[in-house]
Amino acid sequence: MVSTVPAEALVPVLRQEPVAAAEAAPLAPRARLLPSLAAVYRAQLSRARVARMPLLFVATFQSVGIMIMMRGVVDGGDGEAARAVVAGSSVLVVAFVALNLLAQYFGSLRASGGLDTYATLPVPPASVVLGAAAAYASFTVPGAVVTAVAGSALFGLPLAHLWVLAAVIPLAGAALAGLGAALGLLAPRQELATLFGQMGMSAALLLGVLPASNLPAPIQWLRDLLPSTYGVEAFARSFDASPDWVAVLADLSVCAGVGVASLAVATWAYRRAATR
Amino acid sequence: MTAEAAAQAREAVCTVRDLVRTYPGGRGRSAPAAAVRANDGITFDVRRGEVFGILGPNGAGKSTLVRQLTGLLRPDSGTVDVLGHDLVRHPDRASRLIGYLGQDSSALDDLTVALAAETTGRLRGLDVRTARARRDEVLAELGLEELASRPIRRLSGGQRRLACFAAVLVGERPVLVLDEPTTGMDPVARRAVWAAVDRRRAERGTTVLLVTHNVIEAETVLDRVAVIDRGRVIACDTPAGLKALVAGEVRLDLVWREDPPLSVPEIAALEGRAQCSGRRWSLRMPHDQARAVVATVTGGPAFAALDDFTLATPSLEDVYLMLGGRGEGLVKQ
Repeated sequence: MVSTVPAEALVPVLRQEPVAAAEAAPLAPRARLLPSLAAVYRAQLSRARVARMPLLFVATFQSVGIMIMMRGVVDGGDGEAARAVVAGSSVLVVAFVALNLLAQYFGSLRASGGLDTYATLPVPPASVVLGAAAAYASFTVPGAVVTAVAGSALFGLPLAHLWVLAAVIPLAGAALAGLGAALGLLAPRQELATLFGQMGMSAALLLGVLPASNLPAPIQWLRDLLPSTYGVEAFARSFDASPDWVAVLADLSVCAGVGVASLAVATWAYRRAATR
Repeated sequence: MTAEAAAQAREAVCTVRDLVRTYPGGRGRSAPAAAVRANDGITFDVRRGEVFGILGPNGAGKSTLVRQLTGLLRPDSGTVDVLGHDLVRHPDRASRLIGYLGQDSSALDDLTVALAAETTGRLRGLDVRTARARRDEVLAELGLEELASRPIRRLSGGQRRLACFAAVLVGERPVLVLDEPTTGMDPVARRAVWAAVDRRRAERGTTVLLVTHNVIEAETVLDRVAVIDRGRVIACDTPAGLKALVAGEVRLDLVWREDPPLSVPEIAALEGRAQCSGRRWSLRMPHDQARAVVATVTGGPAFAALDDFTLATPSLEDVYLMLGGRGEGLVKQ
């Protein structure tokens, strides 16, 4: 059937929606998850050279300093206290960089409008969050290794199972970086992001470097709530001549679980912060 | 509607209708402050291949408008259509249609110029090899090769802006939204920006939305301009068309040595009509009146009080003032 609608009757429709009549232009492709994650990771790693070096040095210096200080009150040789100090100080580097610095980074990026740069690119939120978290976890590797080796030498602990750090750093890194990213992106103001990051690191410091058995029960519960604790425990167990690998694995699983959950929250928080 | 108008409407790349966005007022101690209407019913069309300007002083609502065009902010009401896509309903599509240069570069600041461009390309979905090839092309085009390995943070303001502009160009988009792209740039860098824009218009029909508060730039590079004040479009035309509104007038700027000589009756009569800022008076008036005023101020007691004067053809700033916009915040350089 031929249309009998007069041409004039179509005009208001055209006027209201001039473009709807035309075909929609093709959309450029989205960036895929893994390639864009790799691009973010690489870009973040390169930032370390420019901006992060002094802070990474401070992180290591702080941990080594704490061990030297504790050496004054803790006897050398293989004991619970020595293990706790060395393991706690090593994981403290991870807390300093992955939790504290990443919370500050995302807090400042959000406050300055820097998130717009990512939000106006077709990149999956998970790529931005995971790429940054992975990079910050990577920053901690040299500091954590240096601290662990220096601490083992200082307290006369065996280096045989130091390779455990290869699992502790990424998993504790995932948990703490996820927490740092989530705090940085959720904090309503930049100063609060900094504050939360600092407090998280302080908690890891105060509750991480002392042997748990000496702490009062409520403090122990608090300690059990910190994800960094499980990294510390896993690493401390590895100083045994024949470590309880099941317990190490269980500790690391907690880190992994917290990591997955906190990174998921961080990704959600990024999406929320990027489009207000 | 004529066939020509219909064709033009179909050529519209970006259609904005009745865009309203309010921000909640600050929470006062007793009662909440009134909400601020940052965009108050904004409507315009941008045609294919056009450099379309959004001109207004700081606080006019330009940034709010741009954030809605780029999918960063959801309007309270109204529509944004870009190339047939409803960006209010699908804000995520904006990044696949639009290359956006915002005012903040903090996400890229710690990267080298080359890595910022390459990373942006990869995050636009290019594979590594293509991203690097495009990066090299764009850095060469903009004359940034010598700065390629320098971190953006260590560059001057203008160079930093140019590096961020380079990143915007890696990974082609049919529409570019540039928020004050040439701030702080020297003339060489400005020319590089506009040459790159022109090349993309000529070769690919790229459409550009330019946010500016620089009237000279607006007059020289824009095809059409929407003048924005207090969240509304107060005029939308070509720069020449807008200047025709004040064609019969000239602008007279008087700078007094100290106090204006109000004892001269002709000068006293002008005081109410002048835009005064410090010792400077700005007046817009018909040619013959201006001649009379010039005669007055260049002789007698008025001349003794005069430090300097200029007579100029009107600019977009004069149009802006005539249309009732607030004078502050527009830049002439």
